[in-house]
Amino acid sequence: MTTVLRPIVLIYLGVAEMFRFLGDLTYLIGDAVFGVRHSLLRKQGRRLGWSNLWAQMDRVGVRSIPIVALVLFCIGAILALQMAPVLKDYGARERVADIIAIAIGRELGPLVSAIVLTGFAGASIAAELGTMVVSEEIEALRANAIDPIYFLVVPRMISTTIMMVCLAMVGDAAGVLGGMFTGNAFLGISPTLYRHHTFDALKLKDFLTGLVKAGVFGLLISAIACRLGLGVTGGAEGVGVATTRTVVLTIVALITVDLLFTSVFFFLGW
Amino acid sequence: MSQAIIQVEGATKVYENRTILDGVCLDVMAGETLVIMGGSGSGKSTMLRLMIGNVLCDGGDIVAFGKSLLKMTPDERDEYRRSVGVLFQSGALYNSMSVADNVALPLRQHTDLPEQTIEIMVKIKLELVGLRQHAEKMPAMLSGGMKKRAGLARAIALDPKVLFYDEPSAGLDPVTSAEIDQLIMDLNKKLGVTSVVVTHEMDSAFRIGDRMVLLDRGKFIASGTPEEMKKSTDPLVHQFVFGLATGPLTDRRLAGGYEEDLMGYENG
Repeated sequence: MTTVLRPIVLIYLGVAEMFRFLGDLTYLIGDAVFGVRHSLLRKQGRRLGWSNLWAQMDRVGVRSIPIVALVLFCIGAILALQMAPVLKDYGARERVADIIAIAIGRELGPLVSAIVLTGFAGASIAAELGTMVVSEEIEALRANAIDPIYFLVVPRMISTTIMMVCLAMVGDAAGVLGGMFTGNAFLGISPTLYRHHTFDALKLKDFLTGLVKAGVFGLLISAIACRLGLGVTGGAEGVGVATTRTVVLTIVALITVDLLFTSVFFFLGW
Repeated sequence: MSQAIIQVEGATKVYENRTILDGVCLDVMAGETLVIMGGSGSGKSTMLRLMIGNVLCDGGDIVAFGKSLLKMTPDERDEYRRSVGVLFQSGALYNSMSVADNVALPLRQHTDLPEQTIEIMVKIKLELVGLRQHAEKMPAMLSGGMKKRAGLARAIALDPKVLFYDEPSAGLDPVTSAEIDQLIMDLNKKLGVTSVVVTHEMDSAFRIGDRMVLLDRGKFIASGTPEEMKKSTDPLVHQFVFGLATGPLTDRRLAGGYEEDLMGYENG
């Protein structure tokens, strides 16, 4: 009986834990949205709030630009090389540009940028906040009447969300450039023809749905990193566990949310 | 006759079915330096967290400046926290900021003072703790004693009425420890603040304390002046104060209460 019940109990506990975590995330995002007024708009706190926000945007976004651009450039190039032989059979090698534009603009630009940002910023936010918990810095903030949500979480969530959208745009451009470079160098597709096909294939709504997804991805990355970072227990080991969990959980969450969005967009005909 | 500015009224705190504090009562009188002593796990750090309002009681109450911490709104609790300063055991400096920025943080967050005024105030606070020359250093570049002094400068940034110290001399060599004690006494005189010091360092406790209380397994078992504590005939107080290897504390462990003693609570 115990052997039969054990998997059921484990599944139940896992599902309960997942819903508890989702509840915590929702609360945290709600607190952060409410906290925007305290952090950035109220007279007291505004001075540090804005400088914190700029610092985080630089750290999260600006420093990620080269790596996101490089990764997406390579993905654009890889897609071109992978698709070219198939399309050549149909005598439509130049349609590589159409495929890359749709794939990068709607899907790979936001998703790959988000995965890079998870490793770059998500892990670093979780480790930073976790270390602050361990070294009593969070408690010291509370003792100084400074709410960690307003002081730490709000700037990180806003900056990650905004910079994720910007990074997705950079990633889109880099991916298309990667395809264009490969098309020109190895497939005999002129840049003019490539550009023409790209703009023909890519509608504004494709680009915008990608950016909407990117914004949600940014919010998700920062929310999971902040939640797990602030929840650290057990010293240095706890920080390591939180950082690893942040990367794993965020990537799973990104893919799941991406599927959800793509399904909704598909059925809405967007 | 000085009056009580913080009154702990039967405060109880329970973590995961473990009673850390069990209905403790304590008055902190204006202007005094009160030392809360106790072994590891006796509940003294929890007591401190309750008094600064970072953690709320599960039973009883704490009345600070005439207002119940439990009944305060979050804004009122923040206002109370702005009127007290806390030196944490590790100093708890914000590692991403310089010493000067650490001290300036509460001023930038809670006041509308112009930057030039804040810079002057930061220099004054750092001079009080002897760290003015190290203002631009990052916390990682400071020694243990300097970190505590920087933490103290941040604690006094908003000119608090009460200063709380969590193990101020823990982990320091005897000379640095004596320097920190002297600094605590000097600040008390210069700023006229009330101090609550949590420690288990007896030398330090006797040097700085006007009054002492001893916490054991979540309850206060003795209180008095340093002289009264030294003369106490209670064997448990005697053993703790003089750091004896034999006595009721160690007998308790031998009698099978080892786990309770170690964890500082009574099971069930």
